[in-house]
This record gives sequence, C-alpha cells and structure tokens, in this order.
Amino acid sequence: MPFIPHTQADIDAMLASIGAPSLDALFDEIPAELMCAGLPGLPDGLSEMAVTRLAQERAGRDGHYTCFVGAGAYEHHIPAAVWQIVTRGEFYSAYTPYQAEASQGTLQLLYEFQSMMVGLTGLDIANASLYDGATALAEAVLMAVRADKAGRRRVLVPASVHPRYVAVARATVRHQGIELVSVPWCPQHGHTRVETLDALAASGAAALVVPQPNFFGVLEPVDALVDWAHAQGMLAIAVVNPLALALLRPPGEWGGRGADICVGDGQPLGVPLSSGGPYFGFMTARQALARQMPGRIVGRTVDFDGRPGYALTLQAREQHIRRSKATSNICTNQGLLVTAATIHMALLGPQGLKDVALASHANTRALGERLAAIDGVQRVFAAPFFHELVLRLSAPVDDVLRALRAQGILGGYALARDYPGLADCLLVCATETRSEQDIDTYAQQLARILSRRREAPPCAYKS
Amino acid sequence: MLIFEHAQAGRRAHAQAPQAAAPADDLPADALRRIAPPLPEVSELDVVRHYTGLSRKNFSIDTQFYPLGSCTMKYNPRACNSLAMLPQFLARHPLADADSGQGFLACLHELQEMLKEVTGMAAVSMAPMAGAHGEFAGVAMIRAYHDARGDGARREIIVPDAAHGTNPATATMCGYTVREIPTDRDGNVDLAALAAAVGPHTAGLMLTNPSTLGVFEPGIVEIQRIVHAAGGLTYYDGANLNAILGRVRPGDMGFDVIHMNLHKTFSTPHGGGGPGAGPVGVSERLRPYLPIPYVLEERGAFRWAEEADCPDSIGRMSAFGGNMGVLLRAWVYARMLGGAGMRRVADFATLNANYLAAELARAGFELAYPRRRASHEFIVTLKKLKEQTGVSAMDFAKRLLDYGFHAPTTYFPLLVPECLLIEPTETESRQTLDAFVRAMVAVRREAESQPERVKTAPHKLPVRRLDDVKAARELDLAWKPA
Repeated sequence: MPFIPHTQADIDAMLASIGAPSLDALFDEIPAELMCAGLPGLPDGLSEMAVTRLAQERAGRDGHYTCFVGAGAYEHHIPAAVWQIVTRGEFYSAYTPYQAEASQGTLQLLYEFQSMMVGLTGLDIANASLYDGATALAEAVLMAVRADKAGRRRVLVPASVHPRYVAVARATVRHQGIELVSVPWCPQHGHTRVETLDALAASGAAALVVPQPNFFGVLEPVDALVDWAHAQGMLAIAVVNPLALALLRPPGEWGGRGADICVGDGQPLGVPLSSGGPYFGFMTARQALARQMPGRIVGRTVDFDGRPGYALTLQAREQHIRRSKATSNICTNQGLLVTAATIHMALLGPQGLKDVALASHANTRALGERLAAIDGVQRVFAAPFFHELVLRLSAPVDDVLRALRAQGILGGYALARDYPGLADCLLVCATETRSEQDIDTYAQQLARILSRRREAPPCAYKS
Repeated sequence: MLIFEHAQAGRRAHAQAPQAAAPADDLPADALRRIAPPLPEVSELDVVRHYTGLSRKNFSIDTQFYPLGSCTMKYNPRACNSLAMLPQFLARHPLADADSGQGFLACLHELQEMLKEVTGMAAVSMAPMAGAHGEFAGVAMIRAYHDARGDGARREIIVPDAAHGTNPATATMCGYTVREIPTDRDGNVDLAALAAAVGPHTAGLMLTNPSTLGVFEPGIVEIQRIVHAAGGLTYYDGANLNAILGRVRPGDMGFDVIHMNLHKTFSTPHGGGGPGAGPVGVSERLRPYLPIPYVLEERGAFRWAEEADCPDSIGRMSAFGGNMGVLLRAWVYARMLGGAGMRRVADFATLNANYLAAELARAGFELAYPRRRASHEFIVTLKKLKEQTGVSAMDFAKRLLDYGFHAPTTYFPLLVPECLLIEPTETESRQTLDAFVRAMVAVRREAESQPERVKTAPHKLPVRRLDDVKAARELDLAWKPA
C-alpha cells in the first residue's frame, strides 16, 4: 500500500479500539445510495520505478530548444544552491506559518523577502506573495478601488501592459463592477503618452497602471505618467519586471511622489520556466495602504524574553478572521517560490542581479542589431528597451517561427494573437543565458528562412 | 541574525556572476537606478549556511507529526518532486507551442481525466492556483450561469457558519452577498434554517462535506433538493476530499461545481504557504463557463483550450495557465496510487482519525461530537480544562510543540469553544498516533499540576511565545539599511 504504513495487526487493533467491525463500517454515516464501488475508471497504481520511466519518456519527448521567447516568462540561470535548499523538507513540507514559534525559518525568510522587495521597488511595505503577476495586478486594481475615497470604479490600463495580465485582471474585477479602460500606445515609440491620457482625465478612474518595461520591452515615461495620475487624484500602480529594477529606477522614485502600489511576477528571480508555473506574484506599497493589502504579511516582533522573532501580522485583513469583509479571499499563496527568490536574490546580491540585468539587456541589444540587419526584418519602435524588442518580418510570422523551431530555436512570441495591428510582428528576448553563438545561429537561420521565401515564395493562390 | 547582517561591502558569490556585459549606455541616464538595491553582499557559503539554518527552525511533515486539521498534512512523496523537476519539464517555456509539449500535456490530460473520475464531475479545469482561487472560479461560474439565463435577481450565496473563511470572502469577490446559516447540535446543516433561507434571491450554497466539524452531512440529498428547488446551484468545497476519495463522489452527491486542493488530497507540498493547485470540476450545465486554459485532446494530440474554443468561459485565471509543476506532482502521485490506492487514502485517513479520536476519548479528552463517526478529522474541546485550569487551547497547542508535535488547528471552527481540530492523515502509523496521545495526556497533566508551565509554552523552540499585538501595533515589515 503506497505511503500507508499499516500492518494487518495495526488495522485489527485499531478497529478493535474504535469498536468497528471493518473499514467499511467507518463510512456508515454516508447514505448508502451515494456510495461508489471504487474507482474502476482509473488506471492501476505504478511503482516508483515504473512512473519514473513513464515521466522520463514523456519529458524526453518534449526535447530542448534554444529559447528567444520572453513575453512575461524568462529563462535565467538559477544557482544550484537555490533549489537544493528550497526542496529541503523543512521548507518544502511545512504549512503556512500559523504556529509562529514552530515556523521561524519560513517567517524570517519571508521577512527577508519582504525587505528585499521593498528595497528593490523603493516602496515601504511588501506582502509575502500572490499567485502570479497577473493576479497581483488584479489585486492591485481591487486595492486601489477600495482605497479610493471618491468611490470611483474605473482603472486606466495601457494596452502596453501584458495582455494576459489585463485579461486576468478583467476576469477578476468585473464581478465587483470595476471597469478597466484601455489606453492606446504611441505607434512610433510603443509607449504610453501623457497627451493620450489627457483625453481620459474625466473618465472617473481611481488609478493608472504604469508598466516598466512594458510588454514590448519598451521603457515607459514613468515620471510623467505617475505625475499625471497624481495630478488627477489617482493612484499609480506600477507593473514591473523585478530583475529590471536592479538596473532601472525603482517605482518608489517615479515622478514627484513615486508610485503607490507596485506588482509584478517574481519568476525571473530563481523560478524555472516550467511551462508557466508555479511562479509568484509580488506586491509592495506605500505604508498608508498597509491595511488594504491582500495576502500574508510577516512582521518582526519579540518573544516573552524580548528576543526578536517573526509572525504573521495584520491578520484582521484576512479571510480567516474577517470572512466576507476580507481584503481578498487569498489563503495559500506561492511560499515555496518566494523561498527560491529570496535565496536567489541573496546569492546574486546587488551587483550580481544588476550584472544579469545588464547582460540580458546587452544580449537583446546584440540580437536586435543582428536581426535588424537582415533583409526583411525591421525594428518597430524607436525607443529605449530593457531585454525585449518588437521586430516586423517580411514573411508570415507563424511560418517563420515554425521553420525556426525545426532548427531547434524558439524564435519569439507572435504578437498577432493579442495585437491585430502588429500581426506581422515578433517579440524577441535574449537573456544572459543566450551565448554569442546562440545569437549567431538565430541570425543565420532567420536570414536563410527569409531569403528562401523571397526566392521561392509559397504559392498564394491555387486555381 | 538576518541575511543582511551577514553582509560585508564588496563580498559576493562570484560563481553566480554572468560574463561582464557592456554598460547600458543606450538607455537614458534618468531611467537608471542611482543607488544599488539593499540586497545582502554575501558569499555562496554564507547563503547556504544561513538558509539551511533557517530551515531547521521549521516544523514540517518531514520532521514532525503535523496533525493540522483541515490541512491534510500527509507525506509528500519525494518522487513527485524529482519527476516534476526533470530538466525538460523545467525548461519548457509557457508560450512554446503545443507540438513541443506533447509529453507534458499528456501527463496533464491524464491528471485532468483522473480528477473527473475521482470526483464524478463532467469536466475539469486545472487553471486555478489554490483552493481559494478555485472557489473564485467556481462561484464565478455560478454567476455566469445565472447571468446567461437573465436570472440577475440571484444575489446571495449561502454559507454554513462552520465554513472556511475563504467561502464568504470568495462570494464577496464575486459580487455576491453572504448569508450564514447555523449548524445543529449534531454538527449538521440546520435544514429548517436552510429551507427558510433559500428563495429567488439564492445564487447558490457553498458546502464542505465532510464538514469542518469532521462529520459527513447525512442530509446531503435533502440539502441538494432544497437548494436546487429554489433555483440555486450547489458548490462543493473540496478541502476535505481526502476523507471520501473512492468512497463517495461530489458529482454523485449532486454538486454542480467543486474545487479540489491538490496540495491536500493529492499530496503536493504546502511549501510554507504554497504553491497549491485548486482545479475545478463542473456538472454538464456549467461546462461552457470553465476557466481557461484546460487540456483538449484531438485525435491523440493535446493542446490548451483558449478563448476561441470557449467563448463563454469565465476567463483566464493566470498569465500562463496555472501551477504546472504542482499539477505534475499530483500526476505522479495519482499514477502511483491508481484507483485502489486512492480509495485506501480515504479508508486509512478515516481509520486513523477514528482510532485517534477513540484513544483520546479513552484517555479522558472530550470530543465535540462523541455520537458521530469521525471523518478524516475530528474536534476535541478543552472547554472544561480551560475552566478548571485557565489553560486555553492555544496554550495547549504551544506546549505540544515542546513535545515535538505540530499543534492541531486551534480556534477553528469557531463554533466549538477551545477546540483542537485534529487530522492525522493516512500516512501516519499507529505508533505515531499512540505517541501523540501520550503527549496530549502529558500536557493535560501539566495543565492540572503546573498550569503556568503550559500557559508560557513553548519553552524548547527557537523562540518563546511571540508578541502578536506588538507585531500589529508597531509594524516592522522590512529590514532597512542603517
């Protein structure tokens, strides 16, 4: 019996103690007509060896690609120490730290994490994680609306914010009658302009979302956007890549007063791509918003003897105390990923994290230069970028991506899915994990694919 | 000591530095950070030693019996972790197309189908990333169903007073108001109160069964009839699914929508607060509203169902589809157990709970529902001990930590005064349960003979009892450089 230690002698003695004739008798309060006769539709159990063989065979089938896709999930080197420590049973198999005295390891680590995120984003307070960057944006929108004394229920969201984040936020907040108003980007620079926002000044919004870098990799004029929001009496919600903040000015320093809330996805900080998760969302904010924050928050305090210790705090915001009046229903969050990120950030330190950001930027710059030199490839936005770029191709993007994949290259993200106006465009990314040779190979393959299509274009019409 | 306090200016983990890169001289100077972030400057050994040291200040399943009621702290098989972390699984980009992920998607599709079978539901989506996230998806689907029928008057979700706090909090997030109904003396939903509460304003009922009181609702068929007759839908909170796996299925109980906690029932780790996974299952009439993505099989090939496939979906729950690594762990677990193994989960979780309840009762502890069969968990009330000695359930729990046992859940459910909600799970041996009974008896003896010792517990942990009031009043949420 996998994972069940009972011997027949145990079972007999235990049933005798209970005074029950059989295991079946333990279910005698369940109406008989509802009981099922087992689960015949399920396969038989496998030994660990057999399931290992099956998993390895399936994982092997998926192969390995040189990845130039970013779009919200980034391949970075993760130090070996990170996941070796994360998967120690004491972190891996502990529950949410409700019994503080028996959870000081997790609690202190979360306090260190909060401290790191506060430092990275330049705001005052942080929570202990949300599910991912997209749900973190949804929670930030709800938080901004709760904090709005005028009771405004709209939030302005630039179309340059990750489209999946917007989709998740919309699906989350619409039930509470909150509307997300889309703000178009400048076609030349790919970022949001204050002039565009002016037309929305009277829209009755509680907040403006400001991405940095935005979905196209472009740096937004964050100072002007935050100042504009504050001049309208709105809050400013930053959506950031945390790695970029080792290099870029933190949201707490944007504009005259800084952003009010900052969210993002922590995946670039030690979390593997893993087909999309688990990642983690983070949130930092100004002190004044502490009681509006969703999720777990750890505070430093003292014990009976005056020694420092850590505990969950401000729990009166949370569902297990406040029930229907809670700031969010969130309970279980992404603790183990935060464990990874904390260890990751400690290993890299301020210089290491900046080096990774710089190397990713430099690689993407080199990639952009190499690719834009190819006949049939053009850069789309004339604006500074972090580690992603939009390119326009002379051939259908999906065909090109398919041809690249046949060469073992994931060539980027096709923007047609989310932006009909950019149907012939590709979003590319080269992090510090891409070598010069990777970039060379990509450029050579792309040039070959495009030139072959020029020489022998596929037949467009069949008569 | 905090990691920041180990730092020395200029120290770093050199092996982790990427090759030197050109300066970002193409970026405008005012876009750049002026002062480096206050991250610790430490060596690799500093980091490894510090966090290994912190880990040792935790109780965990791997180190202690952890009978935390309603949390299903069972052994997390190591193979689930090592196989979910195969390099190809870890390296795959979420936006890579389905062709390059057929092996991964095959595992997920199998899990999705197994969850359908285990719960008796018509369709499953594994998009939600935790139990509360699954609840949100479930109640949003209830709302989508009523909205699609133009039945906008249904604004109220009914929740028993014993429910988890996430239930009412979720109803609010979905724009509903909450009506609580009482529990009767035997721990069941008060059927008369339910019948009086339902009406044309009822959107649905959220129910945990077995309930958080550790008993199965014998009136479940009547509960379904009452809610459905009023035009409402029923929601099954799967927090306690471990108790009934392979014995009775939520779909057969008549529920319209359910969520499961894979980090409970399917033994994926709790990780000190996540990640979890909260797949949702629905009956046929709610299928169009399932959250995306979920796995579709078309002629032996797998792909994600997206917006175009399901126009009536309540939408996306996350940027990239969910906690895939958690789902892989659950898949490994489910494949190792198989159908017979899953039924054994419920059998032995229930055997352990009833045995522990019987032994504790025999040792003089008062069960909250002595006339009921325990499900996979049960409640001990320390009300009399508190009256006699002043020792509260909280004090008792803290003293158990000194004996090397994680405390049961305290002060939940709120209905039972001075309660300990105890869930031993199926992976614990009889010998461990007996040792726990001895510790419970020893603590009670101490409470009677030297109550101060218990009221000031713990004594043997890295810290003594913490000042929660100070933590909330004098907020210190982040270390700041001097």
